This record gives sequence, structure tokens and C-alpha cells, in this order.
Amino acid sequence: MTARVLLLHGAVIVALFLLQFVASDYAVLTATRIMVLAVYALGYNILFGYAGLLSLGHAMFFATGLYAAALGVTRLGMAVPEAFLFAAVCGVIVSTVIGLIALRASGVAFMIVTLMFSQAAFLTVLYFGDITRGDEGIVIKDDQRVFSLFGHVVNLADPVLRYNIALVFLALAIAACLAVVRSKIGHVLVAIRENENRTAMLGYDVKRYKLIAFVLSGSFAAFSGAAYALLFAYAGSTLASIQYSIHPLLWTLLGGAATVLGPVLGTALMFLLVDFASGFTSASLLFVGVVLILLVLFFPKGILGTLRQRLWRWLP
Amino acid sequence: MTVLLETRGLSKNFGGLKAVSDVNFRVEKGEVRAVIGPNGAGKTTFVSLISGRIAPSAGTILFEGEDVTELPAYARVQKGIAYTFQITSIYQNLSVAENVALAAHQPGGRASLEPLARVGLADRASQIAGTLAYGHQRLLEVAMGLALKPKLLILDEPTQGLSDAEIDNFITLVRDVARDETVLLIEHNMPLVMELAHRITVLDRGSILAEGTPQEVHANAAVQAAYLGTG
Repeated sequence: MTARVLLLHGAVIVALFLLQFVASDYAVLTATRIMVLAVYALGYNILFGYAGLLSLGHAMFFATGLYAAALGVTRLGMAVPEAFLFAAVCGVIVSTVIGLIALRASGVAFMIVTLMFSQAAFLTVLYFGDITRGDEGIVIKDDQRVFSLFGHVVNLADPVLRYNIALVFLALAIAACLAVVRSKIGHVLVAIRENENRTAMLGYDVKRYKLIAFVLSGSFAAFSGAAYALLFAYAGSTLASIQYSIHPLLWTLLGGAATVLGPVLGTALMFLLVDFASGFTSASLLFVGVVLILLVLFFPKGILGTLRQRLWRWLP
Repeated sequence: MTVLLETRGLSKNFGGLKAVSDVNFRVEKGEVRAVIGPNGAGKTTFVSLISGRIAPSAGTILFEGEDVTELPAYARVQKGIAYTFQITSIYQNLSVAENVALAAHQPGGRASLEPLARVGLADRASQIAGTLAYGHQRLLEVAMGLALKPKLLILDEPTQGLSDAEIDNFITLVRDVARDETVLLIEHNMPLVMELAHRITVLDRGSILAEGTPQEVHANAAVQAAYLGTG
């Protein structure tokens, strides 16, 4: 791995670490949320940006992690670390099963199939309202978020601690993404995106590589969902709705698909945009919409995608 | 001589149309075999069956004595059956070197540029493949086939759209390739086939009409009637 790649990604993590010493309480909370959701976007980008598969149903994986963690802690009596593990395992299982089915389709059909599964998952959450508490949601009590790790008592209600946990997750996700993208798998995924037929006729098991991308991506989503539930003590059906399938797509497009840091930047910018716009208008989404249209018109490859095209050819 | 590829009773029906019908076909190791035939004779269907891009309706395909009929295309490529597309199919947005590296199963790594040197594209390794001239894209397609280090290289109408000068270069290239690999050449260009092929198989309406050396095929009355005209 080239030094400047390590340097750039390391610098982003260090900058985020330093942010907590200068930012307001509100900014720290927002940044925590952004970092957790950026993990979701990073995973989405593996499938969408690198493998070129547009899923409209990733909310089901996010919700898988969200509810696995929330129910694990509130109903199954799990401690927080166990709940994370449980959510990750659920994420792998659900994304493998859905992937095996959805990847039989491609193109628009793949988008529709993922969308349908996700809607079915959303309706399932509502149907089992006495367990999931529907759109009212599950609130995790503070004492359920306290656990001991290596002899230290950890309380997830502490905002600074929460921020740093989210930062660790983000750093791990970025590192994992970099490793995948620069590995043989990452290059083959790009080859599939660029020319699937050719890739199969070069002797690559295209189905297997697509499934790997799908499961990686779904597992990132589930882990992010678990972190969201446990760090913010809440799991509601809105987080399983179609909106949360579209969000990672927009974040990825905004920051730059098929760049490692693009989804992180995109997530942050979108939050800041909404925040900024809602400061002076109640039609903040209209403002965001206009920005997105301008972006697609003038920077179709997203911010980092355009930067890579024009300036930094080395950007992974 | 050992048999590299063999088909037994190979057939493919598209609805009522018998695109390939009961074809028994053998290719010996080391030969350059041409498959010719009029448009619609089933040539491309036939090689698609061999490469595994479509599944046969009946019959078996043996490669090095092993039944590969049920193997998916990618697994046949791994066994040594390389297919170059009739319509150029390269990674337009990737560099020429990365195209070859993917073929050599060393994506992102430093794959040998030897296949590029063989087709004469070594000095264009860092160029984006889609910006190559058409003739060069065809050569890159062949280089990718070579990078797979195949036992059988299937060239599906490789000279389509090439200029006469490019075709001359191509003949030299295939001769060079044929020293190490077995080549199955699907071609329309008769002078090229006559010059390159050790043996020629003529397909007509999905069946083998004739088979033999270029001279034998050229002298065959049935072939002349079906395809060659009186020339």
C-alpha cells in the first residue's frame, strides 16, 4: 500500500479524533451519528461502487443488525458485546440468503428484487409490532447499555465514549474497505462492474464474487445498524423503511462511488446540508434535492470521484 | 497426436430451429483448426457450446478426455479453454496492462507484459483500453486470450473489421501462437483460413458438411456448392 494512501486515510481518522476536543456537544452527537452511518455507506459502496450492483433494499440489512442488537439486549438478556456479535452473525446469514436469491437477477430486476425483499422486511417489522413495537420503536434502557470489557465498566450513555467507539468502528470499516478494494477481490469486482461477460470468460466465478460483495456489504450494514441501536438506545421501524435504503445510495453518490472515503464524506456532507438548510427553511429537503441535482449534473462521479479523475489518480 | 477436444452428438435447438445438430468433432493437440460455413451455419453457436456460454440440448463435450459438458464457462476457462469474443469485449475503462493482468489472474498486480509484446502492444500498456484504435482492441482481445495460457484458444471471427495490413500482421501472430497452443479459428475470410489452418471443418445448417486439409476442402464439390462458389 502506498504511503500517501495510508497517510490520507490515517489523517482523516486523526482529524476525527481531534474533533471531539473542539466541537460542541451537539456537534459531537451529530458526528457520532455520521460515523455510525458512514460504516453503512462504506459497505454499500463495496456493492454499488465497486461491484456495480445497485441495491434498493439495504435497509433490510441495516434493520437486521438494528433489531438483532436491540432485541438481543432487551429481550434475550445479552450484554452489549454479545449483541454486536449476534447482530453481525444475523447480518451475514440474512445477506447470504437474500444474496443467493437476489443475485440470480441483474440490472433493473436486481433493484426490484432487493426493493421487494426490503419492503417485505419492513412490513414484517410492523406485523410483529408486539415484539418490535413498530414505529414507536424499542428504547434500550440505560442500565442495559452498561457492560464491562477487560475489567473496565463501559457506559454507552457517555457521549464522549460513544463518539470514540463510533470512531473505532469507522476506522475499522475504512481499513477493511481499503483491504478489500486493494485485494484481488476488489479488482475482480471492478472487472465485473466494467464487463461481466468478459470476466466470466476469463475464468472468474462471477456469481461467487458478487455474493462476496453482497455479504460484505450486508454485514457492514448490519453492524452499522447494531451500532446505531446500541449507541443511540433506539430501534424503530422508520430505520427499516425505504428511506434508509436510499440514504446510503445518495451518500455514496454525493461523496463519490468507488472511492473508499467517498461514502464517509458523502454521509457527513448530507447531514451538514440538511442541518444547514433547516436553519433557514422548513423545506430543507427541497434545498438538498437541488444540491443533489446540481451534483449529478456537474459532478456525476461524486466529489472524490471527480477529484480522482482530475487530480489524484492514486486515490483508492 | 492426442485429441484435445472432442464433441459427441452435440446438438442445440432454439425452439424448432436446430442451430447445431449431432456434431461429432475432434481437434488434435497443436493444430490450427478452422471452422467455416455460410452465415447462420451455426458456427458461433457451436463455439459457444464448447466454451460453455450456452448449454447444449444433447451430446457431450470432452476436453483432454474429461467430460466438461456440465461445467460452467468460467470453470472451462480454468481448464484451458479460452474464448475471444467476436464483438470486441475488453475492459474499456481500464488500462491495457490491467486488462492483461485480469486475464492472467493477477489483477492489480504486476502481471507479465509478455502477451502484450506478442501482439505488439507492449508500448501501449498504460493506455486506457477504450482509447485504442479498433484494430489494436482486437489485438488486446487476443493478448488477453494468450495471458490465460490456454490449451485451446478459440478465436471467433478475429479479423472482422480489420484492414488488409492488420490481417497480414494477424496471420503472423496466429502462426506464432500456434507453435505453443491449439487454435480453433472461426473465420469468414477464406484466403486467411486457407493460409493458416491445418485442417478445416465446414458447417452447414448445423451439421458438418466436410472436413479435411485446406486443399481437400477447397476441392470438395459439396462445399463449393454450399459456400465457396465456383472460385
